[in-house]
This record gives sequence, structure tokens and C-alpha cells, in this order.
Amino acid sequence: MRYAKRGRLRFSSHRDFQRAFERALRRAGVPIAFSAGFSPHPKVSYTNAAPTGTASEAEYIEIGVTAACDPARVRIALDEALPPGLDVLDVVVASTADFAARLEASVWQIEFPGLGTSAVQAAVDAFWAEQEVLVERLMKQGKRTFDARAAVLVTKVESVDAAILASECAILTVVVRHSTPAVRPDDVLAALRLVADLVPPTPPRVTRLAQGPLAPDGQGVGDPLALDRG
Amino acid sequence: MDARVRGASIFDEVEALLPLVSKPIQYVGGELNAVMKPWESVDVRWALMYPDAYEVGAPNQGVQILYEVINELPNALAERTYSIWPDLEGLMRKAGVPQFTVDAHRAVGDFDVFGISFSTELGYTNMLTAIDLAGIPVYARDRTIDHPIVIAGGHAAFNPEPIADFIDAAVIGDGEEAVLRVTELVQGWKDAGQPGGRDGLLLSLATSGVAYVPKFYEVTYLADGRIQRVVPTNPDVPWRVAKHTLMDLDEWPYPKAPLVPLAETVHERMSVEIFRGCTRGCRFCQAGMITRPVRERSMSTIAEIIDNGLCKTGYNEVGLLSLSSADHSEIAEMSKALADRYAQSQTSLSLPSTRVDAFNVDLANELSRNGRRSGLTFAPEGGSERMRNVINKQVTEEDLIRTVSTAYAAGWRQVKLYFMCGLPTETDDDVLQIAQLAREVIRAGRLATGTRDIRCTISIGGFIPKPHTPFQWAAQLNHEATDSRLQKLKEAIRNDREFGKAIGMRYHDGKPGIIEGLLSRGDRRVGKVIFEAWQQGARFDGWSEHFSFNLWMDAAQAALADEPVDVDWYTTRERLQTEVLPWDHLDSGLDSQWLWEDWQAAIAEEGVGDCRWTPCSDCGVCDQMSTEIQVGPTGVTELPMPILRTSVVG
Repeated sequence: MRYAKRGRLRFSSHRDFQRAFERALRRAGVPIAFSAGFSPHPKVSYTNAAPTGTASEAEYIEIGVTAACDPARVRIALDEALPPGLDVLDVVVASTADFAARLEASVWQIEFPGLGTSAVQAAVDAFWAEQEVLVERLMKQGKRTFDARAAVLVTKVESVDAAILASECAILTVVVRHSTPAVRPDDVLAALRLVADLVPPTPPRVTRLAQGPLAPDGQGVGDPLALDRG
Repeated sequence: MDARVRGASIFDEVEALLPLVSKPIQYVGGELNAVMKPWESVDVRWALMYPDAYEVGAPNQGVQILYEVINELPNALAERTYSIWPDLEGLMRKAGVPQFTVDAHRAVGDFDVFGISFSTELGYTNMLTAIDLAGIPVYARDRTIDHPIVIAGGHAAFNPEPIADFIDAAVIGDGEEAVLRVTELVQGWKDAGQPGGRDGLLLSLATSGVAYVPKFYEVTYLADGRIQRVVPTNPDVPWRVAKHTLMDLDEWPYPKAPLVPLAETVHERMSVEIFRGCTRGCRFCQAGMITRPVRERSMSTIAEIIDNGLCKTGYNEVGLLSLSSADHSEIAEMSKALADRYAQSQTSLSLPSTRVDAFNVDLANELSRNGRRSGLTFAPEGGSERMRNVINKQVTEEDLIRTVSTAYAAGWRQVKLYFMCGLPTETDDDVLQIAQLAREVIRAGRLATGTRDIRCTISIGGFIPKPHTPFQWAAQLNHEATDSRLQKLKEAIRNDREFGKAIGMRYHDGKPGIIEGLLSRGDRRVGKVIFEAWQQGARFDGWSEHFSFNLWMDAAQAALADEPVDVDWYTTRERLQTEVLPWDHLDSGLDSQWLWEDWQAAIAEEGVGDCRWTPCSDCGVCDQMSTEIQVGPTGVTELPMPILRTSVVG
């Protein structure tokens, strides 16, 4: 199933979502399967969750159930059982085994309130001009340096209609291939800061618009649930 | 600063700061079962606070219940606020963002009433931060009609004198009926055109008896520092303010829609109070003394609350709460029925109980039929039998050994034992006997199970004498002596070759206890210490990473420089019967003479029985407050039908 993390709930972490989801399963009466053994866990697999602070229109989970369920009713029941802002958008019966592997790339939208398109475009141009851009991130094993450039496939810079906002706001859309280590929107922002000194006046707002198999033209992603829809 | 519209959401201003702080989700709200009413749809608006971080405050049952009770009223609304973590506090001060509620993100200063519930005195500095961040003058005397009425509640409010200068009122005892009455008075005052202004409202709160309003009481002191007298300054205000006792708990089946936080919190479960009050008479226990008499909820109501609550929340754990849950008159039937009902549903039931008897083990076994048997907790509290007689915990060593043997034999692997250090008349030997007890526990466990892999953890807290208990006159043990005694115990355990490795010991050092002691039995002069400490940066005093003993001692030195009293005077000094205690004018229902006699009985090592099952010992509560013990059993054997749920099976 696909769910969204919207608005202020983008500040919830993945573990926050896990708790909320497991409670929603119980409230909605979904016949969730449990693992065997001493400490049974509900059979839910989470995959590739967006970082805390990022909104998303495309997060995916897979659950195991003990009885055949109507996906439409599951969607409505779970959506209602979750707080507004955590919204279940699409539920299908899985007919394939390797769902996670179909999440090959993500499309991220980064909004820069207070920055104009020219500043962002210049930074993006500088980014493409490099062969690689090394960024640093603190991981479990310690600080790690890696290239943020290679996983980025496509960039597009636009602006929000000036009539809507009081001040300018540039929007950067990026398609990033999933890799190890993962290149997250934070890393792209760090890269832009490195190559062009791009320092946004207010923290940018990040939303994952989609994730799935890479489109044939490499410009976007397809629907990872397409194969299950049958 | 631009004038804000009263009651408008300030979330945009808060949101701008959230990406810069830790755990931003704690400020976002959006919890399941949160209630948001339009500002203009009601006349009386409450901001309720538990003065600690969200993760500690959000599960608090007291705030949860009052939140629901107030929101059920057509003319009132209630929202919640918690302590802001220091990183966000700094940013908020810089950006001019005030203390806000997490429900609709409204400025706390816009509300009519700001109610703060204190489980512990260590929340006092957090209260000052919240008041200040809300744009409310920290000293009550500086507030105007534009500022909310600040009301303290919770157990610490039974001695509100240390915060008397910062609160407008204190409600003592059960809050449900009190908040209804306060709402009524505020509504009436508003309808009448706010007669008398702010003071007019405060006076009506005081004369109605619903709350203690410090402003209308004057405290004078003798030259040696003791209180001379506490006197009302208005003829219509009561000499003593009585606590509230809610009777017939079945008529108040809260919580009906428990809040389910998104952020991680310290308790992730559905909580039900199975009874209030306690009549065991443990002399050190303030909670037991001030919540008398016992009032049970019936098994049927409890089952309904649980079923409804699980439907509304999706929690997979239920806590059956009270001060001594195994004492509920229907606990055996209830535990069995609930365990039966929830057997296949992956729901775990917990019954916090520390009773030292086999019955407690039986209950724990029943509730953990299908699950793991990890740890059981017992609370002998005193290391020697003599000590246990002093504190009125009638537990013999045989009782303890028999009980833990039963526990280990039933498959429980870990036993935790609670003790205290610094009890009245205690000697080093009393505490060293804890090691002896622990040895016997391990020995018995090895015998009962046939294996050496038996563990026992000793958890020791420093004893702090509390108001409204027989020990309220006692001297607190100074922190050096506490530390020295605990050190001796630690060494005794460590040096034990045969059992030492199987015994774990958890304790804190004595210093924080002294500050808690200062705040517990302080008077209005301690308010100066709190203010000074807060100005010097005291925050989150219940958190070891934030608490600073030296900061507090320096603050006390500075604030009390011109007074004949100091920290020792408030803590390690024993009081005489003739001394006026700072909380004497707050009536917990307990007869003062009875408390004194129980204190004398303690020193004489004499016990007193539980008045549910033994004759009444005339503590005074039932007579004074026209209340009575309300217990079952109801004779009901079956639980009410569970709520029917729709299915998604297709």
C-alpha cells in the first residue's frame, strides 16, 4: 500500500509512523498476521522510508494478513484510523514477491522560500559541472564521505507563481537513484552548498513526490504497484 | 510585535523553528482523539499543562481526564501544553513566539485559565518557564485582567506554599468536580460583566471553597524562623481549604477517548484507574494518605472503559492502575475475566503491584498466561523488620522469601525489590540488612528453580518526608549520610562472593533528594529560592542531565541570606508538635492529632491495620469530608458485552 505523510506530520519519524500504523491496524480490525516465536511481531514490512522532516506522497508498506481482505475497504478503514496527515492512498493485493526491488528511484521536490530561481539554477548548473561532489554524513558507523552527484539523474528548477506568495520561492525537482549509501535530499542540499555556497534563508521544504521503477527514458519513475494490479 | 488575534493559531511561527530542534514532532499535536473547538464557540477556555517534556506529560492521566471533562461542556474548551525543550525555548524567545498549546497551537496567554498539574515539586521551575514564555508575569501580584488565572493541581498542590507567589489558586484533591465548579464561576463572572475585575474572580474562587487562593492569606513568622500563623485577610474566605474527593467513580468513567500521541512517550498503553485512595497506612506515603478514602470502580465499569478505550486507540497494552492494584476487592475475578477476553488478541494486561504475598504472584501469573514472565516487583521498603514496623509495612522476612520463591518457581526470572534509605530511626544496620534479604532471595530462588541463574535487583530511593503524612515532622537524612549508607550497602553486596554477582543495585545519590525535600516542606520563603534558581537557569529538575545541586544551593544561599532559615532548616530539622506547618491551613481530611499519634506509634515500632478490613483508626477523613470507603465486590461474574466492530474482510 501507498501512504502519504503530509503537512505538519512530516516531522514524525519512521518509528512514530510504525507505532501509529500498528495501532491503526488494530483499530481498523485488519486481520494482521503475526510472526511466530517468543515475541510475536505484526507482519509489516516497511521499506525505504523518507527521512524525518520530509513530507511524502509515496511511502510504501507491505502487510501480511490471515484472511482475504477487500483492498478498498482496507484503504478506507486504515485511512480513517490514522490521524489526518498520515493518509492511506492506495491498497492492492500483492501478487508479486519482490516489491522492494521495484523502488529504484525517488522524485523529490525541494522548495526554497526566499530564494529566486536564478540562484538555485546557478547552483544546480555548478553541481552538474562537477564529476563528483563529495558530501559528509554521520552514520551509525561514524562519519562517512560519499559522492552525492552520481545518483542524481534529473534536475528541474521552477518558481512558484509570484501572485500566490508574498516573496519568491524556487522549486527544485530531482530524480535520485536509490543507492548505498542512500543520497537523501539533505545530501543534495549539502552538495549545492558546497559547489555554489547556496545557503537558503529559511529551511527548505522537502517532499517525496514519487518512488518506483525508473522510467524507460530515465526522466522519472513508474508505479511500483502496477505489476500487482494485474 | 504585531498584535495577534486572541485564540488564533500560531503554528506557522512555530513551524518555522521546528526543523532546527530535536524531536520536533512533540510540538506538532495532531494526536488521535485530540479535541479542537472553535475559539468563539465557548466562553471559558482552559490551557492544561503537565510541566515536563511531552514524552513524560502526554500520557498523564490527570490531564487526560480533565481535558475530557472540560471539553464535554458546551460552554468550555480545554487544550494542552507541555514544557518546551531548551533548544526550542531559546529560539522562541529570540523570535517572540509564545508558549502554545499542541492541540490548535494557540497562545497559552490567550486562555482564561492555565491549569498546571504537579505530580512532583521538581516541576516548579518548568512552571515558571511556561508562565514566562506565555507572556504572563511570573509573580501573581503583577498580573492583570488580560492574563489567565494560574491554578495548580496534583499531589504537590497539597503544599503549594513554595509557589504561592506564582500561582493565583490551587485546587487540592480530585479535579473533576473542581474544574466544573471553576468553569461555572468563571462563566458567571464573565456574564455579570467581570465584577471586581481579576480580584473579584479570585475572591469568588476562594469563598466558594473550590480553591485555595494564597493572595487572601497572610503568613507571619517568629524571630527564630518558624511560622507564627497563617490568617485569612478576608472575612468570607475559609480558614482551612478542604480537598475534593470524588465519590462513585463508576459515574465518572474516564478516560473515554484517550489521546494517542504520535511522538514516543514514556507509557504507551491504555490506562484505567481501578480505584482511588489507599488505606494501607504506609507512613511515608503521601499519595496514600492524601487520597483517602478508597473508592473502587466496579469490574463492569472497568471492563467497559477498557473495551471502549482499546477501540478508540488501538493500544495493545492495558494498565490497571491504582496505588495498590492487588487490593481491589474484585481483582482476582477481574484479572481472570480480562485475561480470558483478551487472550487471543495480542493485548497485554499489566497490573502494577508491589504487594509481598503469593496472591500478587498468582495475579501476575494469570495476566501473563500467554506471554513472557520477565520481571516482578515487590516493595518491602524497609531492610529490617524493625524498620518495616516503623513505616507500617507489615512484611516479615518469611513473607518475602515465600513470595519470591513462588515467583521464581512460576517462571519469573527477575525480581526487583524496592527499598528506601533515610527513613526515621534508621541505622546503617537497617540498610545493611537489605543485602541480607537479597542473599536470602537468591538462595531461595536457586532452591525453587534448581538453577543458579537467578537475578535480583535492589532499587533504593532516598526517603523524603512529605506533608500530610505521619512523617511530616521527621528530619530528612542529610545527603552525606545517605551516600555513606548506600556506599556501605553497595560494598556489602559487592564483597559477597557467593551471591554478589546475582544482585544488582540501583540508586541515586542523596543531593537531589535534599532539594526535593526543600520544595516539599517549604513555605513561601522558598519561593524566593525557586525564583533565583530559575533565573540562574534551573529547568527540567527531574532530569539528571539538567538538575544541578550546586545551582540550587547557591540560589538558596542568595535568596535566604536575610532570613533566619536555610536549606538544612527545611530538610534535616525535626519539627515539634507545636510548630505551625506551612500546609496546616490545607485540609487533607486527616486529623492532625491522629497524624501525630501515628508518628509516635512509628517511633515505638507499632503497626496499624488497613481500615478496609480492620476497624477504623479514626484518621478523620471520612468524618471530616463526609466520605466513605466505597468498595465491592459487586458479585458480577461476567464482563459486559464488548463493542462490535465492522470487518474489513472481503
